[in-house]
Amino acid sequence: MQQVLAVSKDTPVMPLSLDDDQKKRLRALIQDGLPLVEAPYQLLAERIDSQEQLVMDCIAQWQQDGLIKRYGLVVNHHKLGYVANAMVVWNVDDCEVDAVAAKLSSFDAVTLCYRRRRQLPEWPYNLFCMIHGKSRETVLAYIQRMVQEGQLHHIEHKVLFSTKQYKQRGGRYVSKSDSRDGKVLEGAA
Amino acid sequence: MHHVDKAIINQLQDGIAVCDNPYLDIANQLGVSEDEILVRIQRMLDDGRLSRFGPMFHAERMGGGLTLAAMSIPENEFDAVVEKVNSFPEVAHNYERNHRLNMWFVLATETPEGVADTIKKIEFSTGYPVYNMPKQEEFYVGLRFTL
Repeated sequence: MQQVLAVSKDTPVMPLSLDDDQKKRLRALIQDGLPLVEAPYQLLAERIDSQEQLVMDCIAQWQQDGLIKRYGLVVNHHKLGYVANAMVVWNVDDCEVDAVAAKLSSFDAVTLCYRRRRQLPEWPYNLFCMIHGKSRETVLAYIQRMVQEGQLHHIEHKVLFSTKQYKQRGGRYVSKSDSRDGKVLEGAA
Repeated sequence: MHHVDKAIINQLQDGIAVCDNPYLDIANQLGVSEDEILVRIQRMLDDGRLSRFGPMFHAERMGGGLTLAAMSIPENEFDAVVEKVNSFPEVAHNYERNHRLNMWFVLATETPEGVADTIKKIEFSTGYPVYNMPKQEEFYVGLRFTL
């Protein structure tokens, strides 16, 4: 993409937005986190030979376009005492999925709710939700409450607790062909 | 946990401001110095209470592939297989869970086609089938912890 320029006779030309290469470099720089300095966007601008305002505009645009899904800190729930991590899976009639998902999503402790492809005959479950709690007992009690209050008795479900976490990274992707061409991918598929 | 750490977590889970001095704004809101905010965030990153500080890009909209996959691995081979699976850079999270399908991991690939390619490679490398369960619809994402 050609860079957009505001041309003036007397002052140096000022680009109005980052060019594609600068965007790639910015993406790679912030995938590991926003710099912890007083003026982080100014620092990023210096690194990609641009200006603070253009960096801020670009990040705001990415947020607006939904390319940045979340822009904030992410806690390690395990370290904060939320050690019971349950994936609750439901085998829901296709015509009932929307209604059941809406019920599940209305509970405070549900943090994610996705419809996924079944893998028959091995795996009949098509609706997944995550519940994080401080103990298995509290999580199981909570799920019972969800079944009661949501009147979900007729829907077969299973609770899969994590027994060990082997890898957690931020869903970082750096292309092998060009380490500057970094892509950051959402971790919680 | 110190009350300022808690306040930082509760506040910044919702978003970091895009402005000249985002940390000064937080410091003013919490009534502490900007330095203290910077030191505390760094400390929480170092000791693992925070796993990330910054943007999370949308994989599919960035042109990438993303899926959740599961495998059924005999207990006595689990450690060896998990090592093989995790050696793939596309594997993001990997959890052992209490089910016959006992290994659950997220795959994040550079292109949508990369998901199927990586699954084939993992099956070849481990000798076990991979069950691919891509997201068909997202109903709710509110991954947030109030302290």
